[in-house]
Amino acid sequence: MKKRSVRLWGILLGAVIALTGCVEGGTPPETSNSGGTGEVAASDETIKVGILHSLSGTMAISEVSVKDAEMLAIEEINAAGGVLGKQIEPVIEDGASDWPTFAEKAGKLLQQDKVAAVFGGWTSASRKAMLPVFEQNKGLLFYPVQYEGLESSPNIFYTGATTNQQIVPSVTWLLENRGKTFYLLGSDYVFPKTANQVIKAQLAAEGGEVVGEEYTPLGHTDYSTIISKIKAAKPDVVYNTLNGDSNVAFFKQLKDAGITSEQMTTLSVSVAEEEIRGIGADVLKGHLASWNYYQTTDTPENKTFVEKYKEKYGADRVTADPIEAGYVAVYLWKAAVEKAGSTDVEKVREAAKGLEFDAPEGKVTVDGENQHIYKTVRIGEVQEDGQFKELWNSGSPVKPDPYLKTYEWGASLSNQ
Amino acid sequence: MDMFVLQMFNGLSISSILLLIALGLAVTFGLMNVINMAHGELIMIGAYATYVTQNLFISYAPAAWFEVYFIVALPIAFGVAALIGWLLEVILIRHLYGRPLDSLLATWGVGMMLQQLARTIFGAPNVGVSSPSWLNGGLAISDGIVFPYKRIFIIALVAVVLLCMYLYIYRTSSGRRMRAVMQNRSMAGCLGISTRRVDGMTFAIGSGIAGIAGCALTLIGPIGPSLGTYYIVDAFMVVVLGGVGKLVGTVCGALGIGMFNTLFETYTSASIGKVLVFVCIVAFLQWKPRGLVAMRTRSLD
Repeated sequence: MKKRSVRLWGILLGAVIALTGCVEGGTPPETSNSGGTGEVAASDETIKVGILHSLSGTMAISEVSVKDAEMLAIEEINAAGGVLGKQIEPVIEDGASDWPTFAEKAGKLLQQDKVAAVFGGWTSASRKAMLPVFEQNKGLLFYPVQYEGLESSPNIFYTGATTNQQIVPSVTWLLENRGKTFYLLGSDYVFPKTANQVIKAQLAAEGGEVVGEEYTPLGHTDYSTIISKIKAAKPDVVYNTLNGDSNVAFFKQLKDAGITSEQMTTLSVSVAEEEIRGIGADVLKGHLASWNYYQTTDTPENKTFVEKYKEKYGADRVTADPIEAGYVAVYLWKAAVEKAGSTDVEKVREAAKGLEFDAPEGKVTVDGENQHIYKTVRIGEVQEDGQFKELWNSGSPVKPDPYLKTYEWGASLSNQ
Repeated sequence: MDMFVLQMFNGLSISSILLLIALGLAVTFGLMNVINMAHGELIMIGAYATYVTQNLFISYAPAAWFEVYFIVALPIAFGVAALIGWLLEVILIRHLYGRPLDSLLATWGVGMMLQQLARTIFGAPNVGVSSPSWLNGGLAISDGIVFPYKRIFIIALVAVVLLCMYLYIYRTSSGRRMRAVMQNRSMAGCLGISTRRVDGMTFAIGSGIAGIAGCALTLIGPIGPSLGTYYIVDAFMVVVLGGVGKLVGTVCGALGIGMFNTLFETYTSASIGKVLVFVCIVAFLQWKPRGLVAMRTRSLD
């Protein structure tokens, strides 16, 4: 009797495992090519949109809260009457921190669910994987994260910063305020490598010097050797383009090695309020970051945004730049659809040109040429409570220049 | 010179972490021949047990006690991971002995389930575990050389765990029973040893050590649902290189990989350093397929 029940348990467990396996594997994209144009596809009552982020895997740490912000925006819009009189119906998919999965799920959303737009992605690798899918299916992607630039697709709206709205001004600021020697540390994939190409070109032009350059695999956790190398190189600034969990290990070990923010500045472009929660404010205190938005950014829109976000997801939650950019993306899409009077991708794109929106970060404007948006640049210092204090900002929104055409030293980069 | 001393210490420190994560595997994989892909998740459970302990101390204990929470967390992490490991053995692995591929797939599935469970309970983002203040900072030998206290603590912890394991396996009667079962199951059974109970016990101990590793890892890295996946490959690498079934082998394997990894990383980069280590291991296993310290038993002949 006992033995039998144990075996039963075993079979049951096996079945559950098999089931989870199926779910993880996901449904294959539909092969029947209906040539989705993004035209309103759902029932008469709703408009379907896709939400495609990593809800599992190494990037889940960052992407889950962006999904939360997008859901908040959709909920608010629905409560206020929806878009074109219809409710928005989100279809959530998990990209699982795996680039082929992102492409596959994007195909599924466009062909099977026939969504009007997709909000999603974080790593550049995931965006690069989705790009051909959106171009082939004539879909529309809103990408909410700062990235390395040198790209613009008619089927993507970039609501995060491009290099000249985050990295380039921060390097200039560091050269003026912190010193001339830079150590470049990043994760081993497309964003940090391209970002560092830009930084190196800029440093060469503006009189800075690179004293070291290191890349570690995503998920790398032992930084003791790299910290020894940094100590030996004695840079004024460590420019940090590490992504995801590695930041936790790097900053904890940096502190234990006896290096404080007073002795050496680090400036990060992928560490925001959300990441500080996992690393610990005491560890990061005094270190810098460059973004377009902080939870402490002082605008009336931001005050309501932070309040609503905390009300919905808990008082201990924080907002951050990509979270805000995800939230803004949904509203920009709504405004464009209403202006166009349709969800047809071509009409929405046309309508989006020059569109303005009072975002939590301040006024943003869609650039009609490259579909990026004008954003204000802000350099912040981590405080004891895990929030940023703004040290500098660009004053007015900066025009997006993904190919760095307006910089002399940028000419060699955009030809690559 | 500074660099050399620092790197020697870093190498030793990496070795000690590798050893800690591989010790539990040396028991379950080395002694029991179970390929437990959920070992990484048992490490994660140890880490989350530490996190929960910390929060309980913050919420319910007097502030002054916070300094000792980490010492309390060690046995708790061991206990929780051991309990879950024991349940895993009773419910699942017991039915898969002698079928290494089946147990590999089943435990891999369990690992994914445990990860998702952690994500449901604690959320996808990392949680912060702050270390007690006596572990902050480092021992300054000279201006350029600072040995972080945390790393020293981990090295000491590994030494203690290793000693306890040695004493348990070679000096207690229950450890003797364990060795008997692993060496010749049917003969041990004939002599009146409850092999099932020993199996469960052994698996629980291996899992418990993974829990301690998880507790120690909260000092140096991120604590998230996928914590275990970073370390699982390294752990298998150490056990296979060291030679399956021998404690000494695991120690040598960890020291070798840790030291060479640091050495290669110093002169190349993190990615290339790791590749070089893998190349060396593959080459070494060509030459000595049974690893550094081969066990001489009839079952392997």
